[in-house]
Amino acid sequence: MGKKWEEMSSDEKQEEMFAKWLSPKDPEGKDLKFQSPQAEKAYKERITRIKDAVQMKKLPDRVPVFACPSFFPAYYAGITPQEAMYDYEKCCMAFKKFVMDFEPDGNLGAYVPGPGKLFEILDYKLYSWPGHGVAPERSYQCNEGEYMKADEYDALIDDPSNFFSNTYLPRVFGALEGFKMLPTLTGILEMYGVAVNFIPFGLPPVQATYKALFEAGAEALKWIGAIGAWNGEITAAGFPIIAAGFTKAPFDVIGDTLRGTRGVMLDMYRQPDKLLEAMDRLTPLMIKMGVGTAMMVGHPIIFMPLHKGADGFLSDEQFKKFYWPTFRKVMMGLIAEGVVPMPAAEGHWTTRLEVVQDLPKGKTLWMMDQSDMVKAKKTLGKVACLFGNVPSDLLKLGTTQQVKDYVKNLIDTCSKGGGYIASNGAFFDEAKAENVKAMVDFAKQYGVYK
Amino acid sequence: MAGDLVNTLADLKEQEVIKIAKDRLSAGEEPLKILDDARKAMGIVGKRFADGQYFIPDLVYSGEILKAVTEIVKPKLTKVAETKRLGKVVFGTVAGDIHDIGKDIVVFMLDVSGFEVFDLGVDVPAQKFVDKIKESGAPIVGLSGFLTLAFDSMKQTVEAIKDAGLRDKVKVMIGGGQITDEVRKYTGADAFGKDAMAGVSLAKKWIGAG
Repeated sequence: MGKKWEEMSSDEKQEEMFAKWLSPKDPEGKDLKFQSPQAEKAYKERITRIKDAVQMKKLPDRVPVFACPSFFPAYYAGITPQEAMYDYEKCCMAFKKFVMDFEPDGNLGAYVPGPGKLFEILDYKLYSWPGHGVAPERSYQCNEGEYMKADEYDALIDDPSNFFSNTYLPRVFGALEGFKMLPTLTGILEMYGVAVNFIPFGLPPVQATYKALFEAGAEALKWIGAIGAWNGEITAAGFPIIAAGFTKAPFDVIGDTLRGTRGVMLDMYRQPDKLLEAMDRLTPLMIKMGVGTAMMVGHPIIFMPLHKGADGFLSDEQFKKFYWPTFRKVMMGLIAEGVVPMPAAEGHWTTRLEVVQDLPKGKTLWMMDQSDMVKAKKTLGKVACLFGNVPSDLLKLGTTQQVKDYVKNLIDTCSKGGGYIASNGAFFDEAKAENVKAMVDFAKQYGVYK
Repeated sequence: MAGDLVNTLADLKEQEVIKIAKDRLSAGEEPLKILDDARKAMGIVGKRFADGQYFIPDLVYSGEILKAVTEIVKPKLTKVAETKRLGKVVFGTVAGDIHDIGKDIVVFMLDVSGFEVFDLGVDVPAQKFVDKIKESGAPIVGLSGFLTLAFDSMKQTVEAIKDAGLRDKVKVMIGGGQITDEVRKYTGADAFGKDAMAGVSLAKKWIGAG
């Protein structure tokens, strides 16, 4: 008899999560049937390799290798980002070709493009995507704005869900305009007063919004049907998908898509207490989001893209006061439930390394973009597995020899004692295929622990 | 008293700055003098940023305070400010890329360092750069981009400048998240800047002021 989940330590929970990842299930909940015994063996070896690198208790057989593209698989397979977003079969074909041709130990799945039609149905304003504000052959890009106004902190803090449904979502999705008229659901308490809360659902704008939601829901199902089948197929072929889902640092939740960069920066001066309070309020929600996804998928790793904490975006003092405390709390909340946070330190994080190394050992997995890796290994690298740092410009413009030299230097710098996974550092669109191949193959060959 | 506005703005004390600006205006002071002090303060802000004392939020906030001062003073302005400028720079994020944070910081730093900057915005087609160079006679061009896809847009923009017969009349700098000297070579630009300060030093060097 195993221990109950709530009686386990975080170490035991993490072991349990890795064990689940090691034995994937099919949609019916039965053990997934691998394509061949070799595929099963390769899958288990890959997971074990990643697990050993993350836990830092023993050396893996070799340095694991990830390949983490953005739209590169589309270009590589000869389709446009627009096709990848609108034709799910083509998208799956492209991302499958990418995994099969390059054979990384970990890949990011086929989630990157997302369902273009769904974004269209909802009239999504937060992004411009191929055919909608950017050319068909370009990747989607974020339209920053103050989707939450400076004087709306109290509304967010009082009731985050209500703020999202009635204020934020109608601003970022044109088709959800009707949500502005929704009742506050916590007002539905007893027979007296029930009916008035349902009046909005009889009004044309709300009904139009629900019509859009039904359509969006149908499209989401279509999309996940294709992506879910892809996940099963790729896993059965022996290739693990790195992350189960994602969550975010509370400062980025506010700074990326609610208040925007300019808004959050001004709030640090004009209403620091409100900003801090809102981040505290969001912290348990971000923990639940990450833990919930990991439990549902049966997979320990949760991606956390980091944006506004990079070097230069904040002073050291501001980073320690505004960014780090709730970011750390979210990671610790995930760790307590056996989840492995995977923050992506996009851009440069060299000046943050000493602060962020305040973490328990063997519990996190950091994607490093352009930080100083010598320093990273000596600081954060003592307690956390690092991956990445092969630069985008090198993959696009360099020679295979330059890529090999770079990877060799990285492995020499970072692989000692374990805790390193070879990978590119930023999610890339364009690259020379032979350079991506050189990165993966050379790391596999050179990264063997003797 | 006169120095107060310069220092309080440079120290980012928004409420005090606004009070001083209002007080000076109601005491009958020449509005242009107030704006001149504000500009001096922005110069100090720029210097502190270059020295690593200030960071991006400080720049953003100082810009907001300056905006507030300008709004207070504007209705009383009787003549147009004549500021001496070091030189002209045409700046923009290249075609296909809509990222603006990095571009805005360099434009801000060039502006407070005394350059007249023509900011063309984001997703700027090559031809628009060419037209603006012709129209303004600017000797310096800044191309910004965040995506790997921007490498090609930068290359095409430099080529368009060349095709228009302007290549020997302008110096081109590039910058952005993934920009390195390798990318500079690929695009045919004259230099790349790893941050906003590097952009300012390049511009100063190119006009012979640095």
